Amino acid sequence: MIEPMDLKAKLGVDVFKPGGAAHIKIRPGKEKDSRLQKMVMICPAGLYAENDRGEVGLIIDGCLECGTCRLVCGHDVLEWAYPEGGAGLQLRFG
Amino acid sequence: MEKFDVIIVGAGLAGLGAAYTLAGQGLEVLVLERGDYPGAKNVTGGRIYVNPVRDLFPDLWRSAPLERFIVHEGVTLMAQERSVAIDYAGDELRQEPHQSYSVLRARFDRWFAEQVEAKGAMILPKIRVENVIKKNGKIVGVLAGGDDLHADVVIACDGVLSLLGEQAGLHPAETPHNYALGIKEVIALPGEKINDRFHLQGNEGAARLFIGEVTKGLFGGGFLYTNKESVSLGIVIGIEDMMEKGGNLEAPALMDAFKARPEVACLIRGGATVEYAAHLIPEGGFKAIHPLHGDGILVAGDAAGFALNMGFTVRGMEYALASGYYAAKTVLKAKAAGRFDAETLSEYGRLLQESFVLKDFQNFQATPSFVNNPRFFSYYPELKGKILRDIYSVPAGAKDRLFPTIRKYLGLGEMWAMFKDFREVTKI
Repeated sequence: MIEPMDLKAKLGVDVFKPGGAAHIKIRPGKEKDSRLQKMVMICPAGLYAENDRGEVGLIIDGCLECGTCRLVCGHDVLEWAYPEGGAGLQLRFG
Repeated sequence: MEKFDVIIVGAGLAGLGAAYTLAGQGLEVLVLERGDYPGAKNVTGGRIYVNPVRDLFPDLWRSAPLERFIVHEGVTLMAQERSVAIDYAGDELRQEPHQSYSVLRARFDRWFAEQVEAKGAMILPKIRVENVIKKNGKIVGVLAGGDDLHADVVIACDGVLSLLGEQAGLHPAETPHNYALGIKEVIALPGEKINDRFHLQGNEGAARLFIGEVTKGLFGGGFLYTNKESVSLGIVIGIEDMMEKGGNLEAPALMDAFKARPEVACLIRGGATVEYAAHLIPEGGFKAIHPLHGDGILVAGDAAGFALNMGFTVRGMEYALASGYYAAKTVLKAKAAGRFDAETLSEYGRLLQESFVLKDFQNFQATPSFVNNPRFFSYYPELKGKILRDIYSVPAGAKDRLFPTIRKYLGLGEMWAMFKDFREVTKI
């Protein structure tokens, strides 16, 4: 049995370039939206987490820019954009 | 204010295909790419089928940095505790020209962009397009990096989320319904080891799809493609299924469970993950294709919804290349006429309809609902696994007769459901 590789370790092999402010933000007052709770399970980078008050937070570092949260949560929950030009994930294999 | 003949947004296969076709035709062509370099944001499973686009880009393939030509096709039905695999290998797959290749997009697109530049188009990386510029309802350019860039026509090749098409008012914001999430690892392994494990010689490659327990009964599956010195391994999950039926399943954990399956673990043993990526995949087929043009704008590639899951073959890159090509042909005709209104640009849809692109989507329009049958993701893999278990098992003492053993899995209800499922095949 192979030890599963930690998600942080997987993201650690990727190349990310820094740039600007967070490109995805949870709109104030929407932290308990059920769609955000779905993202805790679905985000492939595991960036959404729920605290003990039932509020979902987002840490943008390691974002794979897949867009799943834009589809799941929609415009009224997330302020969503791609990272600035030249910033974020830079794939070497793709 | 800068003014171009054509602005292409996105240096993926659609955008580069359009730019390659337009370059050297006397038009000022600008390609804008948000990545550090073309390919930096682009992901495939992946494998490209070359036959449909070979003649559209005749000079491209001889020296293209493709990985391996695929000579082994496999499908594995995964049950919880066993699996049943089909392997297809034929001499026809070894004949040149080879029909499909594994490919790594960061490498391929970067090289393709160099060919485009050599032909005279300008590619600006590190530029994110923020919005379209509209004037009297017509698209006249894009806002990018704080600058207004104007053009007679914009070709939106900005990928699966199709933000430009949304901003241009061609379609509403996308919802989970027609999309799946792909998660992929590139796992480095020496070429010799890959050849031994997958029964390959030289630059031959293997492709495998997995269905069933991989997604715990949800829409989707697993995939594996051999590259020269790595394996592309991943899963695909329907986003709507994950939201409605996913329960406590975590997408990254499904990927780990897939890697840990004995059928997969032995293939990647000793390999090191060198990249982890995720990408959305259009799964809606013909019915989910976006409007393809408007006043001053054309839409190509994933942005148009050009990906088609045909079950055994999963395709997108040929459609991206071809739609880019036909968008370019449309622009050349529009330039000659001096008009870029919606009516002139509707030529694009006609060209696609005459080509393999929309013919494939029309002919295979029943596949999205066919492959979305939940019984494929749990019932059939378990059933086939159990039947084979019983056929192969040799107990101590006398073995039961086969027919009654198998018959116990197939009550009238199951047989009727199966009949209905396979009646759907006739629509494909």
